[in-house]
Amino acid sequence: MPGNSVGIVYPQIMNFEEVLGLTSGAQLSKYEVAFETYGDLNETKSNAILVCHALNASHHVAGIYADDKKNIGWWDNLIGPGKPVDTNKFFVIGVNNLGGCHGTTGPASINPETGVEFGGDFPIITVEDWVEVQARLANRLGITKFFAVMGGSLGAMQALQWSISYPDRVQNAIVIAAAPKLSAQNIAFNEVARQAITTDPNYYGGHYYGKNVVPTKGLRIARMIGHITYLSDDAMAEKFGRDLRKDSLTFNFDVNFQIESYLRYQGDKFADSFDANTYLRITKALDYFDPAANHDGDLAAALSNVGGEFLIISFTSDWRFSPSRSHEIVKALIDNGKNVSYAEIDAPHGHDAFLMADARYHKIIRRYLERTRL
Amino acid sequence: MPKVRQDYAIIAQWVEPGSRVLDFGCGDGGLLRYLTENKAIEGYGVEIDDEKVSQSIKNGVNVIQSDLETGSSLFDTNSFDFVILSLTLQAVRHTERVVLEMLRIGRQCIVTFPNFGFWQHRAQVLFGKMPISRELPYQWYNTPNVHLFTVHDFEQFCQGSSIHIMDKLVLDRKGRHVKWIPNLRGMLAFYRFSRKN
Repeated sequence: MPGNSVGIVYPQIMNFEEVLGLTSGAQLSKYEVAFETYGDLNETKSNAILVCHALNASHHVAGIYADDKKNIGWWDNLIGPGKPVDTNKFFVIGVNNLGGCHGTTGPASINPETGVEFGGDFPIITVEDWVEVQARLANRLGITKFFAVMGGSLGAMQALQWSISYPDRVQNAIVIAAAPKLSAQNIAFNEVARQAITTDPNYYGGHYYGKNVVPTKGLRIARMIGHITYLSDDAMAEKFGRDLRKDSLTFNFDVNFQIESYLRYQGDKFADSFDANTYLRITKALDYFDPAANHDGDLAAALSNVGGEFLIISFTSDWRFSPSRSHEIVKALIDNGKNVSYAEIDAPHGHDAFLMADARYHKIIRRYLERTRL
Repeated sequence: MPKVRQDYAIIAQWVEPGSRVLDFGCGDGGLLRYLTENKAIEGYGVEIDDEKVSQSIKNGVNVIQSDLETGSSLFDTNSFDFVILSLTLQAVRHTERVVLEMLRIGRQCIVTFPNFGFWQHRAQVLFGKMPISRELPYQWYNTPNVHLFTVHDFEQFCQGSSIHIMDKLVLDRKGRHVKWIPNLRGMLAFYRFSRKN
């Protein structure tokens, strides 16, 4: 049952002329939020599902654009009429997060106080801040309680944060390929990515917009590092092995192996479409996410008042956020007597598995959303 | 309306209403669903099989996908009122370890298992064949059962492991209670037990 596409979709912008206080202490006096919706909100406004995006995605979650039919939403294989997240039944919302570079106010937006782009002055944002903005958007849309808030990776952290920040507004939190906080190794990878960007001569402390340059070199290296952590060793071996680009080694620093070619291609593609200032801030939001920090590191205490029910999913080959990281969340929820189900999918694709159309994975989500609660 | 499974009803009569129940090897979640509907329990199941996990989810019960022989560390000591292992004990590799884990996690434990000492099983062995019955439907070469044992064996194990048997019930082929020579006449055994103080 693969289902159909939602077809042509249109992004929307919501303007907020109200002060937003951020976790860092900084404030934004006004901001815009880009979002997309699929399906229809029912009369009781009880069928809304919020989809939170991860590091490099956007509010374009499903469907295609009329003027860009190749631009398919990043979770299109999961969301649509007849798909596991069935838009015949649910009203699905994708939101571009604050600090983003796809329409929501971010570093490339004009700072109303200076009349030029924020650039490096755009504040550091946290997962809690994103949830706050999403909640304000929900208010505008008249949604008091989401049927589900869902996401993978950093998106999953937002779903978890929703159940902490707004326990009464989440009926189900679907938390996929997540961790309750980053490990030292995770932060280390992020720091290398940030160093790649901030040491690029075109970075200018984040104020590169007015200089007609972009720290492309740094951003593409950051993306290459990230990409390595999204794939499993096995998936890379399967896809590339030690395959050569040409017939033999060239004995210079050109591309020899297919994996080099692939990483360069991914890096270039990403650097053309994404903003380095946004990338820096998103990695920082990842690093700072740690709901247990306010509870002496006790995750069960941090989740003692969460609302709703939980579906936690991990993938065996994910070494970025391995199944044991999901176990931490599952255990904290069980300790609190919360309703939680957990599926560990034996998929080979590594962290990126959450974006793949694995039949077992999709069946779990489909059945979770279709189930009748006792 | 499907017929209520007799084994569910027997287990349910031992489970206190509103208690916290962990079902090791919960299959499609049928027992947990039954206990939730009839005893208002707060329950979790543990299941390893992909299809059964997704069936449990469909059944509306909490299920944790894990190998019950290695995944029990998700559950704290004394954190459940009941730990149930239904028709699964004969299929685990480290039987003793699993039972001791159940006793660690739960105040009380319930196990059900096919009695290898049932006369039909014995008769088949006597005629030189591994037994096949309704409760043991597999061939020797495709069975998931690795430790077959009898009612008598189980009680001896409990005695040697400081386990206090609180309740016992053995059924024959037709689902009638067997009080007389259960180790020979009983096909399916139910035990409720706890740690010996």
